[in-house]
Amino acid sequence: MSAESYLASPRGVRSWLLTTDHKRIAILYLVSVTLFFFLGSAFAVAIRLELLTPAGDAVQADTYGRLFTMHGVVMIFFFLIPAIPTVLGNFLVPMMIGARDLAFPRLNLLSWYVYVLGASISLWAIVHGGVDTGWTFYTPFSTTYSNGAVVTTGIGVFITGFSSILTGLNFIVTIHRMRAPGLGWYRLPLFIWAHYATSLMMVLGTPVIAMTLLLVVAERALGLGIFDPARGGDPILFQHLFWFYSHPAVYIMVLPAMGVISELVTAFAKKNIFGYRFVAWASIAIAVLGFFVWGHHMFVSGQSAYAGMVFSALSFLVAVPSAIKVFNWTATLYRGSVSFRTPMLYAFGFIGLFTIGGLTGLFLSALGLDVHVHDTYFVVAHFHYIMVGGTIMAFLGGLHYWWPKISGSSYPEGWARFSALVIFVGFNLTFFPQFLLGYLGMPRRYHAYPPELQVLNVMSSAGASILGVGYLIPMVYLFWSMRYGARVAANPWGASGLEWTTPSPPPTCNFETTPVVTQDPYTYSSEEAQVVG
Amino acid sequence: MAEAGHSQAPVSSLKHHFDDMEQQQAASTLGMWVFLATEVLFFGGALTVYAVYRLVYPAAFSAASNHLDVRIGAVNTVVLIGSSLTMAIAVWSARRNGPRSTRMLVGSLAMTALLGSVFLAIKATEYSAKLAAGLFPGPAFRFPGAHARPAELFYSLYFVLTGLHALHLAIGIGVVAVVAARAARGRYDLEYHGPVEITGLYWHFVDVVWIFLFPLLYLVGRGG
Repeated sequence: MSAESYLASPRGVRSWLLTTDHKRIAILYLVSVTLFFFLGSAFAVAIRLELLTPAGDAVQADTYGRLFTMHGVVMIFFFLIPAIPTVLGNFLVPMMIGARDLAFPRLNLLSWYVYVLGASISLWAIVHGGVDTGWTFYTPFSTTYSNGAVVTTGIGVFITGFSSILTGLNFIVTIHRMRAPGLGWYRLPLFIWAHYATSLMMVLGTPVIAMTLLLVVAERALGLGIFDPARGGDPILFQHLFWFYSHPAVYIMVLPAMGVISELVTAFAKKNIFGYRFVAWASIAIAVLGFFVWGHHMFVSGQSAYAGMVFSALSFLVAVPSAIKVFNWTATLYRGSVSFRTPMLYAFGFIGLFTIGGLTGLFLSALGLDVHVHDTYFVVAHFHYIMVGGTIMAFLGGLHYWWPKISGSSYPEGWARFSALVIFVGFNLTFFPQFLLGYLGMPRRYHAYPPELQVLNVMSSAGASILGVGYLIPMVYLFWSMRYGARVAANPWGASGLEWTTPSPPPTCNFETTPVVTQDPYTYSSEEAQVVG
Repeated sequence: MAEAGHSQAPVSSLKHHFDDMEQQQAASTLGMWVFLATEVLFFGGALTVYAVYRLVYPAAFSAASNHLDVRIGAVNTVVLIGSSLTMAIAVWSARRNGPRSTRMLVGSLAMTALLGSVFLAIKATEYSAKLAAGLFPGPAFRFPGAHARPAELFYSLYFVLTGLHALHLAIGIGVVAVVAARAARGRYDLEYHGPVEITGLYWHFVDVVWIFLFPLLYLVGRGG
């Protein structure tokens, strides 16, 4: 078996496009989700430009509807949901459990092609007029009245869902069946627990949105009347089915991020995680509870008051495992030897921003308060704190942390810290004013607003431009580092975890001999910590 | 990886990233079960819609159900249960060595695919009769009596559910045909027959879906 790095051999475009190596597939995904991230960002730029002034001048209402819809569709389905599992998860799940690959390598490659196919169909829809329903595709607007390319976009998202299902299936089987000898469940890194929980949600939630979109597409294309109130159908039923997946989808986006943070916090505090089993089971608890809170999206949609109360109480309940994680990360820091390297800056960013996002989520699960802020910028700010402040922060933190392993090179620390700071400042300037805007009553999805709200909107747009710069800097230096960055040793951070026992970058087979695991996952407290400068 | 040599199966049957045949077999079986869990939720979405509308429009759904031909449905149920029997025989013979069990494997797989095709053929005639009777939802939908609109919902769900079931069955027939062709070339034996096992799981699942659809669509509330 060759010890050559997975990046070096075999060579050629064909060897990349037909690879079944989980590490190369992770790179394929990294390229594609990054493209979609910048496409989604371009729509955000247009949105923030329009909202600089109170009047609806830069674009008209119809165009604006398409802009925020495509921003949401692209970011959620083609970036946030796949980003961490398919890039970091694909790369690390086999390496962390001492396996040579995922259980089904060809299925893994297939899932990337399915993603590309679904994404291309949706791109085609975007080019041909776009879609204006919001990413939620609410009926009967989407099935009867919308002028957008609902059918094409729906088919694109439907297909992409199968990529998600295949990835989740692959992870579940891999984690069950491919662990190295001695690697019991409580010896798994928390990253693995988080991905296991995420995979459960992908496998059980995604088929429901697939069926729902299929019914919407059938209704629009074939003239069926399943959700059409004019023909006896029930549009609220669509909302139930949609949110049965789409609320768990929020946890599909944030659970892998939490897994990343558990690795970063331990590695850079040089301490074992506080309360390992609580953090591990909190992931499972979030996955289970996450399936029973969808109704909190429908407090003002006409579901019964009793349903509202039950969904409200259950939504409060999800805060418990989430809070356990935040408390345990914080407790891990206590008396640790904390180093403020770039990945840790992102982890700190995550903990702070996720806490704000989570607490404002409690505002929204309260029935009375939700009636006031429903469909306002308060909601927009809340979920951006989770998705951007949480998921993207963790994605970037994880990308920096494992970049030496993935690329074999170190990134420029100064630039990296600088951009982490720019992103943090830009993010808060963009989204904190939106909490205030929402509380003051500015509804989401409108392209014009009263003049007295302009100051906060200008702040938000200014923040977005800072945030955009912050995202561009890592793009540049990560590319740069692949060629010019210093080569790194197997374990530049002095971190624990099987992935760090392999060379950087690892050989195609990952491990020359299957490792035998004899200890718990985090070994920082038992040995002398070596802080590498 | 070194253990591959211990197994009697051809080395090519063991993928490089598994340690032994047992691990490979356990992985593919678990993979199929997880996939079937996905499928349950997939059909579950549409069955939820069915359950809600059945509760809202019980009389209309009974009236609409009366327009389905219960004899055709019953015959198809028997055909499909027969195919599950032949599939079970296939899995049984795959677990045995020797030319006789290989012949039995190939024969029962071919029979399974044939019965699946018979089901689809009967379903096709049933569909064309419904189309001719104006029961396909949409602008051309015609339904006598007071329940036209909810009946259209019933037929929307009828075509979605049975259509997706037929699609699953068609995929199953294709997979069974491929497995049968490989079996004929002596690809499977006592050591390596995972593809037969997981194809069997899939086939029985598709069968079970029909076991739910038949009473829900043809029988419940009939004559009411």
